[in-house]
Amino acid sequence: MLGRTANALFWMFRYLERVDNTARMIDAGLRMALTRDLVTSEEEWRSVIAAAGQRRDYEAAHGSYTGVQAWNFMLREKSNPGSVLATFRMVRDNARQARNVLTSEVWEAVNDSWMQIRDLLAKPVGEKHVGDILGVIRQAGMLVHGAIIGTMPRDEGFHFARAGTFIERADNVARLLDIKYYLLLPSLNYVGSSLDTGQWDSVLRAVSGDRAFRWLNNAQIDARAIVQFLVFDQRFPRSLAYCHTALREHLDAIALIHGKEGDCHALMRAAVQNLDDVGVDGVFERGLHGFLLDFLATNGRVGLAISSDYRFLV
Amino acid sequence: MADNATFFDEMHEPGGDVREGYRDYQGWLSDQDADYLKRKSRDAETLFRRIGITFNVYGADEAEERLIPFDMVPRIITAAEWRRLSRGIEQRVRALNAFLHDLYHRQEIIRAGRVPERLFRDNPAWLSHMVGFTPPGGIYTHIVGIDLVRTGPDEFFVLEDNARTPSGVSYMLENRETMMAMFPELFMRVGVESVSNYPRRLARSLAACAPNCATGKPNLAVLTPGIFNSAFFEHAFLAEQMGAELVEGSDLRVEGGRVAMRTTAGYKPVDVIYRRVDDEFLDPLTFNPDSVLGVPGIMDVYRSGGITIANAPGTGIADDKAIYSFMPDIVEFYTGEKPLLPNVETWRCADKESCQYVLDNLAGLVVKEVHGSGGYGMLIGPASSKRELEEFRKKLEAHPENYIAQPTLSLSTCPIFTEKGLAPRHVDLRPFVLVSPDAIDITPGGLTRVAMTKGSLVVNSSQGGGTKDTWVLKD
Repeated sequence: MLGRTANALFWMFRYLERVDNTARMIDAGLRMALTRDLVTSEEEWRSVIAAAGQRRDYEAAHGSYTGVQAWNFMLREKSNPGSVLATFRMVRDNARQARNVLTSEVWEAVNDSWMQIRDLLAKPVGEKHVGDILGVIRQAGMLVHGAIIGTMPRDEGFHFARAGTFIERADNVARLLDIKYYLLLPSLNYVGSSLDTGQWDSVLRAVSGDRAFRWLNNAQIDARAIVQFLVFDQRFPRSLAYCHTALREHLDAIALIHGKEGDCHALMRAAVQNLDDVGVDGVFERGLHGFLLDFLATNGRVGLAISSDYRFLV
Repeated sequence: MADNATFFDEMHEPGGDVREGYRDYQGWLSDQDADYLKRKSRDAETLFRRIGITFNVYGADEAEERLIPFDMVPRIITAAEWRRLSRGIEQRVRALNAFLHDLYHRQEIIRAGRVPERLFRDNPAWLSHMVGFTPPGGIYTHIVGIDLVRTGPDEFFVLEDNARTPSGVSYMLENRETMMAMFPELFMRVGVESVSNYPRRLARSLAACAPNCATGKPNLAVLTPGIFNSAFFEHAFLAEQMGAELVEGSDLRVEGGRVAMRTTAGYKPVDVIYRRVDDEFLDPLTFNPDSVLGVPGIMDVYRSGGITIANAPGTGIADDKAIYSFMPDIVEFYTGEKPLLPNVETWRCADKESCQYVLDNLAGLVVKEVHGSGGYGMLIGPASSKRELEEFRKKLEAHPENYIAQPTLSLSTCPIFTEKGLAPRHVDLRPFVLVSPDAIDITPGGLTRVAMTKGSLVVNSSQGGGTKDTWVLKD
């Protein structure tokens, strides 16, 4: 497979994950805003925009935080290069680059979704429609994932695509956790601190983990349980540990096809081992923020190593 | 414009009876409910958008993708008509290859005084780099699309020889897929020659032209300018269908005397490259130094036998509009036979007397730029206003050598489906021909382009033309 094609598959799925992530964050923000007064709602949207990493662009374009402004910014605004619309266009452009190795089912799932999302986001989104539109966006992601799992041959292209999904997911979840933790618990004093369960509910919702968390944790909500769940729980498909295990499996599958390993494999092994070694107590000992920054840096290094091991770029 | 009655209707006899080739189709059609057909016609558009069979429009909004209108009434050619066309096409393609070989070697045809030397000397399509070089297998035009027009029951003319990079073959294939998906029962009723193995035939034909240095199964790659090219869909489609890599210039480099592509496991040599990039952009070391679409040094590798480039660089000289008017002589010179498919009568404006004739009869002629393509820069006399004619006259007088002129052809019509039922529209036909040392392989079918506007004679997709599925009936 061409390095450029592998790159396109990898990024197609990174962008797809990002779209899904943004939609879920807006969803969580909406939910919060519904249950809060105006002042805390403004605070919530500020934190949603920050969690999406779009604060600078947003504040350059807008003087205040309101729901309708915030979700339109995140969904479709031209001044936001990370909007759902712009990011989904990247999904499709990368899919076109890789079109000759995608099954028609995957391509049509992307293309259909793109046409639908483009039309839905052609005009500003009012509060009556925002929920439905988020639903469509999230379904698009599921459709494409279903198509790739159901139809793509398990060659290296499949594994590059899946690697893109998990590396981006790990990145997004870690960032979300970092932003929320930083804002909500600056004292690092987790033992016995009273949690704003509404805020943590919102975090869990933003990773589609609210139901899973309750199932797996008997509804007890505290910082330790949440970190255990979002960072270490191998049963939850968005936990950092799950993402890295899956990423390692796909990289191993690529190594098997190539008959040799690259730098990314060594980095990946170390990253998985490190996560194991630290454990939830270790995270709180050294501080969640510091831990997440390290995790993000490692995740980023793995991404760069994949790109250079497999000659994504000239 | 002239009344429809003066044009050859491919489906109906002048009295209104359905011609033989269309009888089975008509039998099916008359059983169909009008609303059902209307619904199907809309379905077809949705289908094309979903599959993404689009082309990008130059000069339009950023990356705007448009659909080429698809009409669901097939254009039908009988087995006997096709046999006759095939013979003529094969003869023409054989002559084109012989002509190219001769032009880049001994130039017998010029010595014999049948083609003037000036025609290629200052012609930008002429590549001096090809002089004295024979491409692998001796083949210049691996893929040819001969544009044909029809004016009567037995009157077919060659309008253009597309010997560089004929496009549109993906429409031939997808139109058929769409028709079969929409009307499976129709194909049980009518015996239609299959076109679906074209990609396999293309792969085989290209592999047969592999250079001697290729070991084992040749590595094929399709070279595309990228996703913003108007025909990107076709490039990706053909690569996917052939199981070939879809490469861009930046994926390739010269390494160890070969052209190699950057794969996830390192650089691997390419044996045959089906390039959809013009000569000019192929090699920045040899041609346009600003090109980022090509591969620096590919021409050196080519000339030393390290790669096959399809079509060969320099083939454009054979489908130049100025050369076109000499094609009957060219066919005769190399095959020793009279041309089976005639040319459309052509006045070369470079020639003083012809030019005067063209100026005197501008309103009745079609005038084309010698190096133009895609229907741009063309004058259709009968459809032009007085002002347009006068403006064109000035251009023509300033640079007569840049133009040729042809009579306004009475292009045949084939019905299209409209909200009000069937209505005749003008069509042409582009069959696709594969050339290898083993065979000249003509896929039974082709691309029928249709002017969707009533009375219009312009079938180019860039000018709003549409396409039809093209059926060659089984015997």
